[in-house]
Amino acid sequence: MGEVQIANYTINFGPQHPAAHGVLRLVMELDGEIVERADPHIGLLHRGTEKLIEHKTYMQAIPYFDRLDYVSMMCQEHAFVMAAEKLLGLQVPLRGQYIRVLFSEITRILNHLLNVTTQAMDVGAITPALWGFEEREKLMEFYERVSGARMHANYFRIGGVHQDMPDGLAEDIGKFIDAFPKVIDEIEGLLTENRIFKQRNVDIGVISAKDALDWGFTGVMIRGSGVAWDLRKSQPYEVYDRMDFDIPIGKHGDCYDRYVCRIEEMRQSMRIIRQCLNEMPSGPVIADDNKVVPPKRGEMKATMESLIHHFKLFTEGHRVPAGEVYAAVEAPKGEFGVYLVSEGENKPYRCKIRAPGFPHLQALEFMSKGHMLADAVAIIGTLDIVFGEIDR
Amino acid sequence: MAEFWDGYALPGLWIAAKIGALLIPLLLSVAYLTWFERKVMAAMQLRMGPNVVGPWGLWQPFADALKMVVKETIIPTKANPGLFLLAPMLTFMLALIAWAVMPVGDGLVISNVNVGVLYLFAISSLGVYGIVIAGWASNSRYAFLGALRSAAQMVSYEVSMGFVIICVLLCVGSLNLSDIVRAQETVWFVFPLLPMAVVFFISTLAETNRHPFDLPEAESELVAGHLVEYSAMTFGLFFLGEYANMILMSGMTTILFLGGWLPPIDIAPLNWIPGPIWFVLKISALLFVFVWVRATFPRYRYDQLMRLGWKVFLPLSLFWVVLTAGVLVAFGWAPGAEG
Repeated sequence: MGEVQIANYTINFGPQHPAAHGVLRLVMELDGEIVERADPHIGLLHRGTEKLIEHKTYMQAIPYFDRLDYVSMMCQEHAFVMAAEKLLGLQVPLRGQYIRVLFSEITRILNHLLNVTTQAMDVGAITPALWGFEEREKLMEFYERVSGARMHANYFRIGGVHQDMPDGLAEDIGKFIDAFPKVIDEIEGLLTENRIFKQRNVDIGVISAKDALDWGFTGVMIRGSGVAWDLRKSQPYEVYDRMDFDIPIGKHGDCYDRYVCRIEEMRQSMRIIRQCLNEMPSGPVIADDNKVVPPKRGEMKATMESLIHHFKLFTEGHRVPAGEVYAAVEAPKGEFGVYLVSEGENKPYRCKIRAPGFPHLQALEFMSKGHMLADAVAIIGTLDIVFGEIDR
Repeated sequence: MAEFWDGYALPGLWIAAKIGALLIPLLLSVAYLTWFERKVMAAMQLRMGPNVVGPWGLWQPFADALKMVVKETIIPTKANPGLFLLAPMLTFMLALIAWAVMPVGDGLVISNVNVGVLYLFAISSLGVYGIVIAGWASNSRYAFLGALRSAAQMVSYEVSMGFVIICVLLCVGSLNLSDIVRAQETVWFVFPLLPMAVVFFISTLAETNRHPFDLPEAESELVAGHLVEYSAMTFGLFFLGEYANMILMSGMTTILFLGGWLPPIDIAPLNWIPGPIWFVLKISALLFVFVWVRATFPRYRYDQLMRLGWKVFLPLSLFWVVLTAGVLVAFGWAPGAEG
């Protein structure tokens, strides 16, 4: 008998796989259970968002951002409206800024709740996901009360937010913030010190600070490796510079550290929400510039000028001065950026979207090589990928 | 004619009646175990569980069964049809025939054989064939990986299960299941052999491929493992087999450690309750733990599961066999060792 060559076992992981977090297709080469190669195939959810935006007025473009990463909706609207505001040189009223920060942090909790619990589900714990969804439902109700939609809010506008918060919403958010720490404690009770959960996550998918920087990681993925990089601190936008909050960072850069970071970020988000509720001034929520912002309904019935503004805005849209601008926000998954090129038209010439999940997914092969199949699943869970934004 | 009637027909009918008396409640409990699991998990997860079909969703198992029967059985073109269909039948059959030696009450047993424990152990070991054949015959990569995992897992955990059973046998001096229960009239074995009872229970979780050892069908890794290609009643038989095995393994734990049909203390109000009811209550309590574990724990990884089996349970149970034997001999407690 001569030497026998044993071929590696190739499996097609996804796109209908329950742990693929959407439509990830991985072609995996396995040596037994060890992952030799994990080749992500993307594009199954490509909808041509960037190209579509080139054919929409600025206001019509906002809903597309809800549908990129469909678990952190308002943060992405935020990046786009910030980019447009920079070009327009528009100042957002203080109350509008507070509402934006408030809902950005609600969005962060929404996202982290989903990610932490589905990561737990990927390693086999089913109960946290159902507890988490209960809370997500309450947060989505806040979305609904402020914008009319549970998920795809379309709430942020160039110049502020669409409408002021309805009466009683601030109190209800406050009540939620009072009750929510207990839920996090309960979820942590099932996971944080659980031996099996630790065995499945500690030292899995380790990425050093240098590698994380080289791969272009942002958000929790880089903070888990010990780099304190957070756009809310490093280049504060809106009223984040007035907020008192900490950035949790990990030590080892493994799946467990990232899990702990996300849990802690939820607690920090609650601090920010509390401060927003306490400090929020009264006043307008959107800039008073009818060349960009639609006039109030009442005014429209009374003055000719408002009627003309309304007509122009909803037929032609508003023009944006020529120029190029990059605006980025700290979305729950990392740095979400919008690069906008305007030629002075009512539509953007180009809108490039920087989705944080894309560089994270690139590193999947690097992170999962040499691990077992089950670890690859845990790593996919910790990457926090959503295909809406990766495929765009 | 009379000889035929008395010698063959009547005993045959009597056995058939006994089998029916055991199997019908057993299949009903398998059906309601699925309902029980869904309801208990729902309560733990802040959900309602089945509540539409019948009061408290009580007819849900029948609705599920009906659905499974009327659906189409799909045999993949690449599969080996004979083996593909044999596997679920084998799994289901093995889960049922093991009950032939289970004493549900004092003297209430279909076949009171003297090697009951060995029979049970042999049958539960054969269970792995159903899964391996399923994984092989499906000719699907996920199913194949699931089958490999399952084979490795069941073999590893049977070794320590064997040693645990030896501990019990040393204390009883008989392989007859009814004798094992009678030996526990003074004290249930769960108290003197507590570590072994825990090892045995955890091994039964692994043996039945339940959480946290459900690697062969790990949803987030192998989609459904060996069940990937199965549909309709072929899937149904696997499913029923798995749940019947859960009941069987809980029954085995009850007999070996929890005193089978015996009441907790032999005093007036407790020993009025018939033995089979105690037996069912104890099994139900264990099944609750099965469900509870499923709702609580994440899943082990393949190598961690192997490590637990071979590097923790095996030395521990081996040590306990030596300890039990040593104590029994040193104090002259060994059954049959007169003087």
